[in-house]
Amino acid sequence: MKQAHAWVAIAAIVMASTTGDVLLSRAMKHVGDVGDLRRRRGALIVVGRVLSNPSFLLGVLAMTFAFYSLLVGLSWADVSVVGPAAAALTFIANAVAAKIFLHERVDHRRWIAALLVAGGVVLLAA
Amino acid sequence: MTFRKYLVLAAVTVFAAVGDSLLSRGMKQLGSVSPQHLSNVILAILNPWVALGIIFLLGFFAAYMTALSWADLTYVLPATSLGYVLLALIAKFLLHEDVSTTRWLGILLISAGVGFVTRGPELTKKIPHSKPKGYVADPIATRSNP
Repeated sequence: MKQAHAWVAIAAIVMASTTGDVLLSRAMKHVGDVGDLRRRRGALIVVGRVLSNPSFLLGVLAMTFAFYSLLVGLSWADVSVVGPAAAALTFIANAVAAKIFLHERVDHRRWIAALLVAGGVVLLAA
Repeated sequence: MTFRKYLVLAAVTVFAAVGDSLLSRGMKQLGSVSPQHLSNVILAILNPWVALGIIFLLGFFAAYMTALSWADLTYVLPATSLGYVLLALIAKFLLHEDVSTTRWLGILLISAGVGFVTRGPELTKKIPHSKPKGYVADPIATRSNP
């Protein structure tokens, strides 16, 4: 029963963190290179632009949900199961979501990297 | 990629690994959260280990946002996955835990993945606003006849 609960938590973490990652990435691309922006306009402008971006706020909301799902998951199962399982599945979900929603060019190199990292994370937990 | 950008990616990696370890320690102290009392998890932030973990994760978040402002999501995520390798190395050399052959193989796969993605470009889509307002490109003819 506890294991079934852990997988529900893992599914919630993967969905929420993928949604959060995509929204945050979209927000930060819209804001632009924060290093350049800080040098040109100052740190306050950077903070203002980031905090007033709707995608950023929604992304933070999704990440908060993912964070609490992680805390619940960690209390139900070992970190060596929840962490790597959620991380491995999130790598693959993010590659798909980035291609569809962010129109990133996910070429062979990036697919291989995502799969190698996901596989490596699973082996670390074995 | 500049040295500053590599430093930002390193900060993402280190803050995430340390933050996750602290959270794990805190949640183990608190024990299992019952599905009937999920609201108890909100009080978990009062645990000092969880609170310290959150501070590290805030550092991670700032570095992660900075990286996402100049690189693709599918570049940043694999490039910063060396945190898992860092955790295994801490377990082996600082905590003197036994790291099995399977785990070393996992470390090898992650390192290969990181090597793969960091050899490619960090950004594949042109940022729309990076072109200054009122910018008009020179006609190709003038460019080819200096």
